This record gives sequence, structure tokens and C-alpha cells, in this order.
Amino acid sequence: MLSNVLSWIIFLPIIGAALILLVPRNEKQTSIIRWISVVATGLQVVLAVFIFMKFDRNTATMQMVEQAKWIPSYNIEYFVGIDGLSVSMVLLTALLSFICIFASWGIEKAVKGYFALFLLLDTGMMGVFCALDFFLFYVFWEVMLLPMYFLIGIWGGPRREYAAIKFFLYTLFGSVLMLVAMLVFYFNVKDPVTGGHTFNMLHMMDQTLHQGLLSQFNVRLLVFAALYIGFAIKIPAFPFHTWLPDAHVEAPTAISVILAGVLLKMGTYGLLRISYPVLPDAMMYKPFAYGFVVIAVINIVYGALCAMAQKDLKKMVAYSSIGHMGVVMLGMSGLTPLGMNGAVLQMFNHGTVTAMLFLLVGVIYDRAHHRDIEGFGGLSQKMPIYTGIVMVAFFANLGLPGLSSFISEAFSFLGAFSSTAFNLRVYTIIATLGIVLVAGYMLWTLQRMFLGQLNPKYADLPEINGRELFTLVPLAIIVIFLGVYPAPVLNLLEVTMNNLIVVMKEAPALWGMQ
Amino acid sequence: MDNPILTQALIVLLLPLAAFVIQIFVGKRLPRQGDWLPTSAIFIGLILAITLFGRMLANYDPAFKISHRFDWINIGSLQISFGILIDNLTVIMLVVVTLVSALVHLFSIGYMHGDVRYSRYFAYLAIFSFSMLGLVLVDNFFGIYIFWELVGLSSYLLIGHWYEKKSASDAAIKAFITTRIGDIGMLIGIMIILATLGTFGFDEVFAGVADGKLSGGLLTFAGIMIFFGAIGKSAQFPLHVWLPDAMEGPTPVSALIHAATMVAAGVYLVGRTFVFYSADALLFIGVIGTITAFIAATIAITQMDIKKVLAYSTISQLGYMVAALGVGGYMAGLFHLMTHAFFKALLFLGSGSVIHAMHHAYHELHDHHSDPQDMRNMGGLRTKMPITFATMLAATCAISGVPFFAGFFSKDAILAAALEKALTSHNPIHMVIFGTLLLCAGITAFYMFRLVYLTFFGEPAKKEVHHHAQESPTVMTVPLIVLGVLAVAGGYGHWFEDLVTKPDLAAYATTALVSPAVPEAGHEAAHTAHTMAMWLSIFAAGLGILISTAFYYWKKFSAEAMAERFKPVYNFLWNKWYFDELYAKTVLAGTHLFSRISGWFDLKVIDGLVNGVAKITVLGSRLSGWNDNKIVDGLVNLTANVVGWFGATLREVQTGRVQNYILMALGAVVLLYVLQLAFA
Repeated sequence: MLSNVLSWIIFLPIIGAALILLVPRNEKQTSIIRWISVVATGLQVVLAVFIFMKFDRNTATMQMVEQAKWIPSYNIEYFVGIDGLSVSMVLLTALLSFICIFASWGIEKAVKGYFALFLLLDTGMMGVFCALDFFLFYVFWEVMLLPMYFLIGIWGGPRREYAAIKFFLYTLFGSVLMLVAMLVFYFNVKDPVTGGHTFNMLHMMDQTLHQGLLSQFNVRLLVFAALYIGFAIKIPAFPFHTWLPDAHVEAPTAISVILAGVLLKMGTYGLLRISYPVLPDAMMYKPFAYGFVVIAVINIVYGALCAMAQKDLKKMVAYSSIGHMGVVMLGMSGLTPLGMNGAVLQMFNHGTVTAMLFLLVGVIYDRAHHRDIEGFGGLSQKMPIYTGIVMVAFFANLGLPGLSSFISEAFSFLGAFSSTAFNLRVYTIIATLGIVLVAGYMLWTLQRMFLGQLNPKYADLPEINGRELFTLVPLAIIVIFLGVYPAPVLNLLEVTMNNLIVVMKEAPALWGMQ
Repeated sequence: MDNPILTQALIVLLLPLAAFVIQIFVGKRLPRQGDWLPTSAIFIGLILAITLFGRMLANYDPAFKISHRFDWINIGSLQISFGILIDNLTVIMLVVVTLVSALVHLFSIGYMHGDVRYSRYFAYLAIFSFSMLGLVLVDNFFGIYIFWELVGLSSYLLIGHWYEKKSASDAAIKAFITTRIGDIGMLIGIMIILATLGTFGFDEVFAGVADGKLSGGLLTFAGIMIFFGAIGKSAQFPLHVWLPDAMEGPTPVSALIHAATMVAAGVYLVGRTFVFYSADALLFIGVIGTITAFIAATIAITQMDIKKVLAYSTISQLGYMVAALGVGGYMAGLFHLMTHAFFKALLFLGSGSVIHAMHHAYHELHDHHSDPQDMRNMGGLRTKMPITFATMLAATCAISGVPFFAGFFSKDAILAAALEKALTSHNPIHMVIFGTLLLCAGITAFYMFRLVYLTFFGEPAKKEVHHHAQESPTVMTVPLIVLGVLAVAGGYGHWFEDLVTKPDLAAYATTALVSPAVPEAGHEAAHTAHTMAMWLSIFAAGLGILISTAFYYWKKFSAEAMAERFKPVYNFLWNKWYFDELYAKTVLAGTHLFSRISGWFDLKVIDGLVNGVAKITVLGSRLSGWNDNKIVDGLVNLTANVVGWFGATLREVQTGRVQNYILMALGAVVLLYVLQLAFA
């Protein structure tokens, strides 16, 4: 089992889903289904811990690789493996999936379908982060899409159908562009062994194997742009972000957590896994590089301004994600060790912090049945424990030192500012505005909801319960721990990210650019 | 780590953190709600700090300096370590912070007795002490930024302690956001340092500057940006607006955070990184400090809330310290930081004692509407509260610069430094700085004695309130007495100057390149400046006290008549130069406007565009659907119809009668024959 641990971690949820479909209809059905899900995702966490222990921090090469022929006539392989970039995302996915099962305890409608789809989604996410064959990557990418569509469209809020369709079409649009890029790669990268076409990502990253269309710079730029839009939609980068507030608001709590915690990361993961190493010269092309950072700054400042304007708590958290993913992009843009490591750490940290925020929104929504920020007041008097956790999450979100996001955000800013590849100083300084704005809307929200006199309407609001605490406390511990000592995650990333920077910086010379 | 001094300093740092963790989780369930836990943690810290201080005095070495770095984060070639730096300045700061903090803990036991969130309050005090001690101990810019933000957090939590009041939570937010604006500047400064020098450590950065790796305009800019952090935290113009509002917090908190320690952190920062500032940056610092000192002093004249007067006084005094550093008075600025910590903490705790008494009196009278902090309701309290009165009078003498009180020495040193600079630099701005600081000394003496006269002298404004007022319990008066002794005696004996040496940039240089040494003023000039400044300072203080006495004790003039006569000026000062109104109408309104525009733009324009594309697609699909239905399918159907029509028509021919078929065949043959004839 341990020799193909990645296959297990990818397909465990599917096994769970299959078992769930077999559960007969009786009075115990619901709880059996839930516990199957708990076991499936729990085992995933165990495997994730095993991976974390066994992962070799000192190499940038792929580890725990499994490779087998899948569709030989097109040279498509089942090829999975992880490096420092993917391992952090695998850990995050396992953790959040497990927690989300408990956050889904309150689902009453079509329980069987919900959990089966959720586990299918889980497999898709894991697959994306492990796949090293572009075709396999694409398949997993699409596998995620379908369950997500139904999970929002069936178990969502009042405007769920609109949100689900919007999400689906938007992502599909991105997928199509990715498909085009994939085919260009397939036909223009030479398999070093057979000389034929290949979907192998590692071969694609080897610039010496590029031929045909891919030896034309303009084509490379075009393909990069197509891939970028595909991934930008997922991040989501301005102006492709408007699916996110709708999808987040309408999705049930656990699905919002997965959306913000894991799915958004696929955008930046895709850029780092595919765009950067396969087409490094396009990323180093000045108009692209500066365009990239401009969008990052817009995300940060504009996202924060939009968040400030929101009246719906969940929507505010959603817009806040846009800003924080902007920080990831900012960190990635400077190609410095500090910035790149900061960006990936920020991907991880944003995953945990935003998960906390959505879970907390869910807690209050389950009690008050609305999310209007102005409609509360003085909740800290009624729910002190809840308020305490809210404060941890809010202060983490606004980047307070001692909590995880601070380090990753500071590194992203410092890394971008000290870039030697590009001059990003002015952009970074503008982006620091976001730091003040985030503090503004987070504290303002805290005041309106939790401070002041208790709104008499909520005089008998029950305190957060044990199950909810169980979903939040582990995340809070991680947020505090990584805020004080981020080395465990940084150690995973470092070699891989530094290697990527070397690859990027060699690219202009390789392609005869200046 | 085997160095006992380091171990001791670490224990001082970590004790309050441990106390915080315990207090926040189980404080409420401990006996006495755990107030003894943070209090004893900080008292142990105080004892350790004093032993360090004693060791320092015994081993008397101006160049004493030890440091240690713990591995924290390594990325590529960059090592960010958690480093501790201990020199004489650090030890002095440790004593100041632990001492004021310990006394405030003690005072709070009395002052906060019976508070709704008593245990929480002590937890927050503990996290503040930890953050402040960390700020004093760290040896690099990244670390100082971390603790910088953490003291901001504790300040936020403690200002908002009574968060049921909207004014309190508003003030807390205002403090956090305003100081964070300053922090952004500091972050930018740190980014410049990292980008140019590749390190955060103080020593390495100073070495880089000394070697000329960061110089010219960028160095000045970086210096000003780092100083921006101090503008925020030390409430300097134009970010001073948060400090008066911060008085919404409990009074002991005001004494600890918003008078003695955190707000002085900006001064400490500039002092700690003194060699980093170019001459232009220092000039900027001096000007900002002077403007702050002047604005705040003028506002303090008119305020009626006892804590507001002290708040503006604090801003003004912080401006004084900053100005001192700006004119190169390194020693003077830090010395004043220390003496000010004692007498201003005392003033705040004394005002707390008064407020406590007033509150108690109102409580007895079942009056829940009158303001216990308004000096118009006080008067004549000296007989009722002799200890509070005596200690506050001592502190007032100290802050006013009455000879032989602690503040006299430090204030005199500042004025001397400013005058010396003015005499040697030949820059008229330095002359203006000196003149303004001197004027401020007079104003300070005026408004401080005004406070004492209004509170403790004269006829009681309300007889029955006066009757119920009483001296505070011992737990509150002991801290007053301790601080009173320090306010009187803290300035003697040149010990501060002997222990703390002004750092020299050239000493950090690692290459032969020697940076141009700052031309030191001749001993002669320094001596002249010192004597002159001393007499001018005594004169200013005396004049201020005299005018104050004439107005508020002898009642030779009426303050009300004066206010009436200079109504526009009075209104201008009473409304604090309209800074709050200005910011509300510009920055705040602007941000809200931008935020609303962004929200609208996102919903209507960008999402509108997305929905528009969807609508156009749907429309397009309908059109093509119609096209498909009517045109394409229409054609297909037309063909089918035509064929069908032919079929239907021709079907008529199929009658089944043989005669008809023969007739038709015959007809056809005839037709063919005719055609053949016609075309042949």
C-alpha cells in the first residue's frame, strides 16, 4: 500500500463514494453514509501525514512517483508524483476535506448524493495536485467540475442555480483554453524515447524537447496567454473573478470552504506547475510579467475595496479571498526565493484561514439564518468562545504577526519588492494599501457584529457546539503554530521553489531573449 | 545561550507570555480571577531587570553589548533569525517597561475591581508586556515590525476593553488603523533595506549603510519610511489623532500603553536605529517632532477632560523627544523618554485615582450621568486626596521643568541639544525648532498647572460630590508614591549619559571607506548652549506657571472672558485644529466612496459584462434557434413539402384502371412523336 501511496490518497474517496452508493435505505442510512465519509477522508489524512513524514525535503525531483501506460496509442500515461509545490497542496486538501465532512453534518437533503459527490470532488482535487501527465491532469480537472456543479446547484442557497451555472460555464471556458494549450504541447513536444508526441509534463518542462510551433516565440506567448486565462479564472484574477462571490455565497458551508480553500489554489498551482516551467520565457517576457503584477495589485486593492462595500458577511469573506490570492500572485511575480516561497506558503495559509472564516460564517448562519453584517451586534456577550475563534481568524486574515498569514504575506511583499528580475517596487508599494484596507473592513465587521450592545433579537443564541469546535480548533492551532514557526511548511517547499527560480532565470538565455 | 544575562532577559520576556496563555484560557476559574498571575509574572520580571541593571552599574562598561540569534526561518541565502540584543539602553528600557508595567498591574487590582472582564483585562496586560519587552529586545527590523504590530494589537484590545460603548470600540479601531498606516511606511522602509542590503539585522544594516551600499536619496527615503512607523505609534503629526480617543480605555492602560511605554516605542525605534538616518531624514524627524509638540500643546490648553489634557500633553512630549532625536540629541531624547515614562505614568495613574474617587462619589449619589473626568466638576480635592495630590504635584513640577525635578534635566538637555544644533548648523529651520520647543515648554507649564489648580485647588464645583470623594486604597497609592519618588529624583547624577553612548555610524564600517564624520560641535559651543538653554528653560517654565497661577489660582484674569474675547482661536483649539473633521471628510469619506464605487463597479460593470455576454449568447442561441427552425429547417421542410405536393398531385394518376394507363401510354407515344418531329 505504501509503495503507491499517491494512488491510494487519490482514489480512497472514490472507494468511499462507491460504498456510499451501496448503503441500503433504512433509518441508519444517513449516519452510515456520514461515517463512511469520515473513514475515507480520515484515512486520507493518515496518508497525508505519512507523506509529510516521508517526503524528502532536499530534492526538487518528483517523489513517490507511479507511472503506467493508460492509453498507449496516444502515449497517455497514468503518471503521478509530488514535489515541494504539490505536497503542501496535498496536505491542505486532505485536511480540509476531512474537516468539511464534519461541517456537512447538517446536510439533510439527499444525503447519499451529497457525500458521494463530495468524495468524487475530493478525488478530483487530489488528482489535480498529483498528476504529472497533462491529459490525466485535465481529466481530474474536469472531474472536479461536475460534482461542484451539483453540490452548489442542489444543496446551495436561494440563487443556487444561477451560481452553479455561472461557475460551471466560467470554468468550462477556462478548460477549453487549457485544452487548446494542452494539444499544442502534445503535438510540439518530442518524447525523448520514442520521438513521438507526449503528454508527460516533465518532458514538456524540458525546453530542448520543444519543436515545431513551440519554437516560435509568438506561439509560445499565445499559448501562455490561453493557459493564463484558464488559470486566472480559477484564482480568480481580475476581471475573471465575478463567479466567485456568487458561487461562495450560494454554496453550502463545506463547499464554500473547499472552493476557497482548495479550488482557488488550483489557479496559482497550475501557473507554477505548468505555465512557469513549460513556458518560462513567456513569463519572463516583460509585458506579460508587468501585466501579471498589475493584475495582482488590482486584486489586492480592488478586492479589499469591494470587500469593504459588502453587507453580506459571506460575500465579504469571498471578496477578501480575491485580495489574498492577489498577494499570492504578487509573491510569484518577482521570482525571488522569498517571494516564491512566500506565495506558496500563502496558498497554504489562505487555505486554512479562509476555511476558518467560511466555517465561522456557517456557524452564525445556522443560528440566525441570515448573514447581514448590520443585523447583529454585541454577539461576544452571548457567544464568547465563538467570538474568540472569530478573532483568531479575523486577525489572521488581516495579517497579524504571530498568526500564519502574516509571514506569508510579508514574504510575498518583501520578495516582490526586492525582485532583481523586474522592478516591482512601485507596484508593491501600491499593494501595501491593501494591508490597511483589510484591517479596516475586518475590524469594522468585528465591531458591528460582536461589539457594542447585544441585539435583543439574539438574546438566546446558543454558543458554538462541540462538532463546530471540532472543525475549527485544529485549523486555529495550525494558524497559530505556523504563525510562530512556519518552517515545517517552508522546508517542504524551499528546494522545489528555488529550483523553479533557476529554471525561470535561465529561460531568456535559452530562447535568445534579453 | 549559556550567558546568564541572556537567559535572564529571555525569562523576563517569556514570563508575561506564559501568564497570558494561562490567563486567557483558565484565568476566570483561578482564584481572584487570576489577577495575581500576570502581576507576579511582571514583578519577577522587574526583579530580574533590576538585577541586570545592578550588574550593569557594577561592571560599568559603556560599550557593553551581547546578542544571540535563534534559528527561525531560512530561505535561500536569507536567514531570518529571532535575535536578542542587550546593551545598556536595552537594560534601562527593560527596567522602565517592567517597572511601569508592574506598578500599573498593581494599580489595576484596585482600579478594575469588580469589572465585567477582570480576568480578560489582566490577560491583555500580560500580552502587552510581552510584546513591549520583545520590541525592546529584538535585534533586527523584521522582528521589531512583528512586535510593533503586536503592541498595536494589545493597544486595540485594551482601548476597546469596555466595548459595549460604541465610542470605545470606535477608538480601538481608530488606533489600530491609524497606527497601521504608519506601519505600512515602516514596511516599505524594511522592503528597501532588504532589497538593497539583503538583511534585516541592525548591525548588518548599519554596516551596509556605513559601507555606502545604501546611500543618498534612497537612504533618506528609507529612513523617513521607517520613521513613519514611529509617526503612527508615537502619535506624531499627522497621525496623532488616535491617541486622544484612546483615552476610552481604562485609565491604568492609558498610563502604561498610551503614556509610558508603547507610544514611546517610536522614540525608542529612532534611537535604536539612530545611525540609519541621514542628515535630511533627521531634519524631517526634527520638524515633525516640533510641529507635533506645538500643535498638541496648544490643544491641551483648552481641554476640560482631565485625561484629554494628559493625552495631548503626552503627544506634545513625544514630539519633544522626537524633535530631540531629530536635532541629534540622542541622549536627550532617550533620557526624556525615561523620565517622561515615570512622571506621565504617575500623572495618568493620579488622574485615575481622581476619576476613581469621582466615580465613587457619583455612585454614592446615584448619579449616572455626570462625567467623572470633567475638571469643571472637580476642585478642592487636595484635602480629600492628599497622597494623590502630592504625587501629582511632583509629577506636574517634573513635566513643567521646575528645577531639580526629573523632567527638568531631560527637558533642559533637549533644549540644549536643539540650541547647540541651531548655533552650529546655520540652518534657520533649526533656530525655529529651538524657538518652538522653548515656547512649548512654557505652554506645558501653563496647562499642567491649570490642571492641578482646577482639580485640587479652589472651591469644590459640587459640594456633595466633594463630600463623598475619598483617597484611593493602598494598592493604588503605593504605585503613585513609587513613581512620585522617581519623578522627583530620577534625573540626578548624569548616570544616563554615562551609561548610554551615542552610536557612531563610522564604527560599523567594514571596509576602508570611512563615511564622512559628523562634525562635532566644539566643547565651547556645547557649554554655551547648555547654560543658555538652562536659563531660558527655567524662564519659560516660570512664566508658564506664573500665568497659570494668575488665571486659575489668584483668579486675576478670567479664562472664560479670555475664551470669549479670542473666540475663533479658542474654537480652533477646542476643536483640536479640526483634524478629525478633516480626516473624516477626506481620507475616510474618500475610502468609503471608493469602496462603494468598487462594489458598484464590480456588480454592475464587470459582472454586468459577464451577464451581458451570457445574455448575448442566449440571444444568439435563440436567433440561431429561430434561424434553424425557420430558415434552415424551413428549407428542409419546403423541399419536403414540394416533394410531397408532387407526390400528392401525381398520386391522382394512380387510378388502378387499365384503360387510363393505356390512354396515358398512348398519349405519351403521341407526345414523343410530336417532339421528335419538332426537333428533328
